[in-house]
Amino acid sequence: MATKAEQYGGDPAVGQDGHFGRFGGRFVSETLVGPLEELAEAYAEARRDPAFQAELDRELRDFVGRPTPLYLAERLTAGAGGARIYFKREDLAHTGAHKVNNTVGQAVLAARMGKTRIIAETGAGQHGVATATVAARMGLECVVYMGADDVRRQAANVYRMRLLGAEGRAVDAGTRTLKDAMNEAMRDWVANIDNTFYIIGTVAGPHPYPTLVRDLQRVIGVETRAQILEREGRLPDAVVACVGGGSNALGIFHPFLDDAGVRLVGVEAGGEGLASGRHAAPLNAGRPGVLHGARSYLMESDEGQIIGTHSISAGLDYPGVGPEHAWLKDTGRAEYVTVTDAGALAAFHRLSRTEGILPALETSHAVAHAECLAAELGPDATVVVNLSGRGDKDIATVAAQEGIEL
Amino acid sequence: MSRITERFRACRSAGRTALIPYITGGDPSPEETVRLMHALVAGGADIIEVGVPFSDPMADGPVIQAACARALAAGTTPARLFEVVRRFREDDPDTPVVFMGYANILEAAGYAAFVRDAAAAGVDGLLTVDLPPEEAGELADEAQAQGLDLIYLAAPNTSTARLERVCAVAGGFLYAVALKGVTGSADLDAGRVEQQVAGIRRVTDLPVAVGFGVRDPQSAAALAPCADGVIVGSALVRMIGEHGAAPDLPERLRDAVRALRRAMDETTTGGDS
Ligand SMILES: Cc1ncc(COP(=O)(O)O)c(C=O)c1O
Repeated sequence: MATKAEQYGGDPAVGQDGHFGRFGGRFVSETLVGPLEELAEAYAEARRDPAFQAELDRELRDFVGRPTPLYLAERLTAGAGGARIYFKREDLAHTGAHKVNNTVGQAVLAARMGKTRIIAETGAGQHGVATATVAARMGLECVVYMGADDVRRQAANVYRMRLLGAEGRAVDAGTRTLKDAMNEAMRDWVANIDNTFYIIGTVAGPHPYPTLVRDLQRVIGVETRAQILEREGRLPDAVVACVGGGSNALGIFHPFLDDAGVRLVGVEAGGEGLASGRHAAPLNAGRPGVLHGARSYLMESDEGQIIGTHSISAGLDYPGVGPEHAWLKDTGRAEYVTVTDAGALAAFHRLSRTEGILPALETSHAVAHAECLAAELGPDATVVVNLSGRGDKDIATVAAQEGIEL
Repeated sequence: MSRITERFRACRSAGRTALIPYITGGDPSPEETVRLMHALVAGGADIIEVGVPFSDPMADGPVIQAACARALAAGTTPARLFEVVRRFREDDPDTPVVFMGYANILEAAGYAAFVRDAAAAGVDGLLTVDLPPEEAGELADEAQAQGLDLIYLAAPNTSTARLERVCAVAGGFLYAVALKGVTGSADLDAGRVEQQVAGIRRVTDLPVAVGFGVRDPQSAAALAPCADGVIVGSALVRMIGEHGAAPDLPERLRDAVRALRRAMDETTTGGDS
């Protein structure tokens, strides 16, 4: 018998059925309850099996390219005029973002469970590409759902998925973005549960997904903690990450949760500013509700209808957020701020020119806030930013801002 | 005894299977919904399910998704749907009404307030698709206090052990989901559903109604003999979508329900009365 702590990622705060305080849970229709229980059991069993961890470690090393480096951004640090800014280089992971850490793990689990078909939702297309990549690697059929608007915004990633042998399906319902892709993936899953494994791309969704994805992304924080101790001889003063659904943030935060001296700062998409209403910042401007199988902060109307979000980055353009972030916010262990489209774009350009790194627009939100925080904390401090992904996928969006059509 | 329980008893003693049509509340408009509810009863409905529209109806297929979008565009809110039921009740004090919807609408209103307003308006039961018993504690307390039946789903893959837990808290009737899929799906297998219903009956004395995938009089008739109720949604909602602006929409809907009624009664005459 697994103890409760073993079952829920060694985290005593996670209760039965994946509740984080009042958040999380399993708010799904009856047909999904059985498959989610089966997934939770398969995962608990895999965690206890050293062969699973060994296979995962091998995939992460040989296929993904881990460990990723921790890089001191000297010129950006000089420009910000304060704390030393380090980057955890998830952009150097295979496929160019942290998303692959999760898809490799879930695909190994899918194969263990005997599933032959993989489905996924994607916003920016990074999770879709990372899923198509592991599906190709493991010889599994793959269907990726993507909002019709995102298909347009992220055309290059749509083509990458096709090259990898996956079928992309544009979702024309609702706001035609990530949340609608997730609805459609859930509908597919419910109709095909016997042979299909749903790889959710972030720490959202019904239990066990928030803990499963977090555990698979924790490798970011585990490596970071060891690397910064080796480089600086002490823990960082702050760890900063962007928050869409929250997987890259939780992955780097989680191993630092017990280190009270380390500030954990999540950066949501401020869009055109919180006052404009056009943003994607549920932790800053939403309220608790239920969407996609869990209770968490949401962007919704007074009556509970989910409202449209806006961000320049498709990967942050989501009205919800993983339930553990809601809990970390309410307990005060992590703090959540926003950076606007304009702030992120400016950081995108600064980083490109000072460090030779084109960051993803999602990531640029975290970079922008880290620069401010570095100035505030002063030269004796260190700040680690999760450089969650590379920006090649975003160059058409950035060019369009300057009136250039690629 | 609740209005729902009473109605199933009446159907049973009359030897007929209850016909339970579903329409999305507020589609094409809240005003029209009152007329459509009366039309359903005129066609032979025993119980009416009214969908509370949600922006992200994850368990629904394209037909009901589109109906939710139309209802929301028409300005439908829970408050207006309570008003719809109040007005329906002025002329029909007897036909049970079940609200079917998603958890976030109740979360936003507050479970206590939603249940109180629903009961006061004349709603008899709530079926909240994404609120399984494990997450429904707060709702269950309120519903019991207000005398509302909480209706739960039993899926084809619901284990017997779980079915026992679900039935322990379920009221009104058990909603047997006839297929793995979303509403409006097509691959119904009447033989398999019969076995599913038999399995449910071994666990509970609650009436069992079957829904998801009942498309036409023929499929309703195929399921009628094994169940206490048959739920028909997407087929009627599609008609509302196609003829929403037609002045004779209520008559069309009534006739469609009448055809379902007739087909079901033909297969169940001489039933278990
Ligand atoms: C590079 C990058 N960073 C961050 C995100 C946001 O997701 P999450 O908050 O789950 O890390 C995405 C999503 O597509 C992404 O591509």
